[in-house]
Amino acid sequence: MKITLGAVVKGGTSLNYKTGSWRDQRPVLNIELCKACGVCESVCPDGAVHLVNEAYRIGYDYCKGCGLCAYECPADAIQMVAEEK
Amino acid sequence: MIAKEKSGEQELFVSGHRACHGCGMALSVGHILKATGKDVIVVTPTGCLETFTSPYGYSPWRVPWIHHLFENGPSIASGVAAALKAQGRIHVRVLVIGGDGATFDIGFGALSGMLERGDDVLYICVDNGAYMNTGGQRSGASPMYSSTTTDPAGKISPGKSQMKKDLPAIIAAHGAPYVATASVAYLKDLEKKVKKAMEYHGPRYIQIDTPCPSVWGFSPDRTLEIGRLGVQSGLIPIIEMQGGMLTNVLKIKKKIPVEEYLKSQKRFSHLFRDGQHQKEIEKIQALADINIQKYGLLKDVEDKR
Repeated sequence: MKITLGAVVKGGTSLNYKTGSWRDQRPVLNIELCKACGVCESVCPDGAVHLVNEAYRIGYDYCKGCGLCAYECPADAIQMVAEEK
Repeated sequence: MIAKEKSGEQELFVSGHRACHGCGMALSVGHILKATGKDVIVVTPTGCLETFTSPYGYSPWRVPWIHHLFENGPSIASGVAAALKAQGRIHVRVLVIGGDGATFDIGFGALSGMLERGDDVLYICVDNGAYMNTGGQRSGASPMYSSTTTDPAGKISPGKSQMKKDLPAIIAAHGAPYVATASVAYLKDLEKKVKKAMEYHGPRYIQIDTPCPSVWGFSPDRTLEIGRLGVQSGLIPIIEMQGGMLTNVLKIKKKIPVEEYLKSQKRFSHLFRDGQHQKEIEKIQALADINIQKYGLLKDVEDKR
């Protein structure tokens, strides 16, 4: 890795570091129960939940498995299950 | 309600940062930048936020960001603001996002100077009530009777015996045009306050309560729940001060006893271990009651005024 003058780093490069490998609990979204309210996206500290084609999806590349989305979901549409590796 | 579609690629604070599971601070930063938009320069003093967003070569910031020393965040921000003014780039605003250690203790002198000079900087303190980055040492923001590594609870001591510094009041006393407190448990309120602060010029201050699962000692899925308990007990008043006057408060929906907040976290668990700490719990309840009275946090109290 090259060290630049002033240790300047390009913005957004953390996307190259997949924090999904930290996960031991996996949130699973039941799309049947989902009301698309957006709470899960709003409360995710890792920006891992996104709206894709009008449905919410959890991005397992970055999800650390904290469970905030499952706890806050007003429709109980997200279940935490043990991660199998 | 269907939110606007977007992918993580367009966000200003992106995934891949190394905050702990369920970090309240990481959550708040995403929402702060959503409210400010892209025309900001962010200054971050030493702390958790600096550490988890700056492993070399991996930056989650999509806005210009600078890290410097622990104590000089406000001075650096003042310099950046002065440079922007000299260049005539007045549409770019300066933001400090720092922890409570840098704000309440180590950078306090520089912060006071920035306020006194009236520099055009929005200072946001993401307050988790101790030096979490180094394992949870006591800070001026640690709440009374919390156990920290440098003020541990034991046979003789019930933890930190001093009160949390009332920094919003100190800042308002400097004549800052906008001072507010917020909590990650109330994200819409948080975003609204950041947007409002951006409308003002001069030194502004927002203090955000950001629960820390790792050091406060609770399950990482409860970050917002713990934030809500703090607010609903009255221990963490959510207020707004404009021109030194209290102009708005977030009302408590249903007042809960402080025990509910204290019992939810390991840092207060010593208060319930042997039944010997009723006096301390009463003292914490008194602090909450003073907040409720002082700021009129209950609906009926407000009506009587």
